[in-house]
Amino acid sequence: MTEPSAINYLTYPRGLRSWLLTLDHKRIGVMYLASVALALVLGLIFALLMRTELIAPGRTIMGEDTYNRVFTVHGAVMIFLVVIPAIPAVLGNFCLPLMLGAKDVAFPRLNLASLYLWWIGALFFLVTLAFGGLDTGWTFYTPYSTTTNTNVLAAVTGVFILGFSSIFTALNFIVSIHTLRPPGMTWRRLPLFLWGLYATGLIQVLATPVLGVTLLLLGVERILGLGIFDSALGGDPVLFQHFFWFYAHPAVYIVILPGMGIISEVIPVFSRKPIFGYRFIAYSSVAIALIGFLVWGHHMFVAGQSVLASTIFSALTFAVAIPSAVKVFNWLATMYKGSIELAAPMVYALIFLFLFGIGGLTGLFLGTLSVNVPLHNTHFVVAHFHYVIVGGAVMAMLAGLHYWWPKMFGRMYNQTWARLSALLIFVAFNMTFFPLFIMGGRGLVRRYYDYSVFLESNPEFTFYNQLASVWGYLLVTGFVSMALCLISSLWSGRPAPDNPWGAPGLEWKSSSPPPPENPPPPAQVGDPYDFTEALLPSGT
Amino acid sequence: MTHHSQHNTQPTSNSHERGSLHVVPASVLLAVFAALLVLTFLSWAATWVDLGVWNLWLAMGIATVKAGLVALYFMHLRYDPSFYALVLAVALLFVLLFVCLTLLDAVEYYPDIHAMTQG
Amino acid sequence: MNHTDNHPANSDHGHDPFLAHHFSSHRQQYEAGKLGMWIFLLTEILLFGGLFCAYAVFRANRPEVFLWAHRFLDKPLGALNTAVLITSSLTMALAVRSAQLDRPRRSAFFLVLTLLCATAFLGVKYVEYKHKWEDGLLWVRQFRPVESAAVSHDAEAADQQPRHAGIFFSIYFAMTGLHAVHVLAGMAAVGWVLVRTLRGHFNSQYFGPVDYVGLYWHLVDLIWIYLFPLFYLIH
Repeated sequence: MTEPSAINYLTYPRGLRSWLLTLDHKRIGVMYLASVALALVLGLIFALLMRTELIAPGRTIMGEDTYNRVFTVHGAVMIFLVVIPAIPAVLGNFCLPLMLGAKDVAFPRLNLASLYLWWIGALFFLVTLAFGGLDTGWTFYTPYSTTTNTNVLAAVTGVFILGFSSIFTALNFIVSIHTLRPPGMTWRRLPLFLWGLYATGLIQVLATPVLGVTLLLLGVERILGLGIFDSALGGDPVLFQHFFWFYAHPAVYIVILPGMGIISEVIPVFSRKPIFGYRFIAYSSVAIALIGFLVWGHHMFVAGQSVLASTIFSALTFAVAIPSAVKVFNWLATMYKGSIELAAPMVYALIFLFLFGIGGLTGLFLGTLSVNVPLHNTHFVVAHFHYVIVGGAVMAMLAGLHYWWPKMFGRMYNQTWARLSALLIFVAFNMTFFPLFIMGGRGLVRRYYDYSVFLESNPEFTFYNQLASVWGYLLVTGFVSMALCLISSLWSGRPAPDNPWGAPGLEWKSSSPPPPENPPPPAQVGDPYDFTEALLPSGT
Repeated sequence: MTHHSQHNTQPTSNSHERGSLHVVPASVLLAVFAALLVLTFLSWAATWVDLGVWNLWLAMGIATVKAGLVALYFMHLRYDPSFYALVLAVALLFVLLFVCLTLLDAVEYYPDIHAMTQG
Repeated sequence: MNHTDNHPANSDHGHDPFLAHHFSSHRQQYEAGKLGMWIFLLTEILLFGGLFCAYAVFRANRPEVFLWAHRFLDKPLGALNTAVLITSSLTMALAVRSAQLDRPRRSAFFLVLTLLCATAFLGVKYVEYKHKWEDGLLWVRQFRPVESAAVSHDAEAADQQPRHAGIFFSIYFAMTGLHAVHVLAGMAAVGWVLVRTLRGHFNSQYFGPVDYVGLYWHLVDLIWIYLFPLFYLIH
């Protein structure tokens, strides 16, 4: 329609200081985008290093000590710097106040503090890397983590600080949703992305402090020899695992719930149909958040956990799958008899359904106590969590990014290029990670730099690893292509209209990009999935 | 004017729009203070009596009464919308969950460790 | 209706320096701040909850360690500290009340009393910690009890010392140490609110920060209310 208006939140106010000291949630979201993207690049470099090592048996480019450091940093960076913050900090920060018709989040200065804390945490990670890295695995199990001479202290300090970033963002979102809703927006008219962010926030405030105390105790144990987790001193290493997983299991729901919220926004718009089962989807988000706290012991079936506790955790793990399944069926029902438009956001949403479906189902394999015993610590686990994290949360993030990109930057990107990138990502992802299910099921242990010892009984492991490594490179190529498509739109993309997709949400009422000061909400807010009043896509 | 949260409004008697909130009478605060000191002494005195395993529960019980007084009166929960009390209750519930399930496991596997370390 | 507020009747809230631009009323801002503080308290409860879990596990599995080691703690000092913190909660609640009632000088007075109580608490803890240091009663790796310690604390003789008895002190120092850190942070917060009170920022329409800091301070008291019997009143 028109050029992105000259005065928008990106262009005004001007100057680096105005960005670094901003209280504008939109700018904070954009800065998070750049930051998380850089962390993703770092994590992907380590991923490629790992896959390069595994492309052939024996030592390829590194020895076991280096490999231990590489997989540790890959995991820690991806979990703590990328997938946990990504959707809430980037898309949540940008969209939440706009979806509420609010001027900003409840505590804008706390929001900026969250960003600063992310940067400081990331700095500690860089320090860790610079001083020899970390080789404990991202899970920091004791007693190895209390005795290894790699840079555990810098790493746990970084994670501790990142925990605060996470908590403050969650606190901000929860209070915003409680106190800043516009007239007419009852809880039952809250957009589902906000339900997802709310449920995520609940987990963040309840679980992250336990991570905090765990890391604190780990640090003190290293420095002073506190002894709580060290059996030689009368401590209990299994207790460490209880502490760690009490946070780290709910953490994976922190990762996925915002993504599910995005899918709930994208599918109705590109099916031109209201969401099916709004209330079920809303409540299932909270159910996942709560039940997710009851299953942490399923990471500890072979750790020395008692059979009684393991049985309880295994049974509860089956329960947590149910609300996720409820969502999947509701999304499918939304699409049924809808008018499907396969724009890039929808393509990613469909990819999500497929990959998250596989990932979620394989979680049930792992949750089954007896089956877990041979599968624990194999590549089956690695494949499972990559399917749910990358195939789930990252695909959902990309769906959201492609959905809200025109709003955030005022530019349309090339749909064909975007969809081809998505296709490459989809095919490459499956070719990279599905072989890991097969190998893991046949006993290939994870975190090994060399699988030669398995080749006598399983000679096919070499081929499968080659497949995974080659397609791993292609997967990264897909990500690069996707990123270039979006980034190049910033200068060569068609100017975006206010509402390119014809979506009903409040965030689409502002200009693209929005002005520095958010527009006020309408006098009365209606159903967030009412398509009868939605503008027709303009300028498509 | 933006409508704010749907949850309970302040149960106050006077209603002028800004900042009108319940003020706890000083006498109530002082009474709670006195009660807290008495309970502290009681819990200390209880250790002079041998009640076996009940000593722990009695001490915890008295502590919980003290905590309740602090929460209800000093922290204003008695006079506030119940949502804040819900926040506190949820926090305590999750701590309880964490402690109970972990304790259940630790107590179950400890005999094996004990047997191994005695040998 | 007439507002008995402190700024000119015709000023819109854009000129009110203590009403953030994204809130439409003081009431909304107050409720948001209060909910925010309660959620923060929730995170603190979960933080300490982890340590309570460690306590429970070790007390359940190694009761003999707790029964033997707790006698080294000074019950009268523990009780004194409990009383001191309870007093500080009273003075804090009175400070909030005074702020609500537009009595900044009285509020400042109570805030100062709160700080004094907090200082006394830390002073007692310093004395206790010093004794432990002198007696060699520290966390596991540094646990080397001195001969005289047993005599002065009426504990059973050293040869009845259970294995890994230092675990008691590991948990003791972890919990009371983390608590003391929170007392310090609380003192900083109270100090900040005191400065703002002296500058006349607060009145009956705007006293949120005093209230929120008060809530935090009461939590610090709450945690000690549980630490006291768990460590000092073991029978």
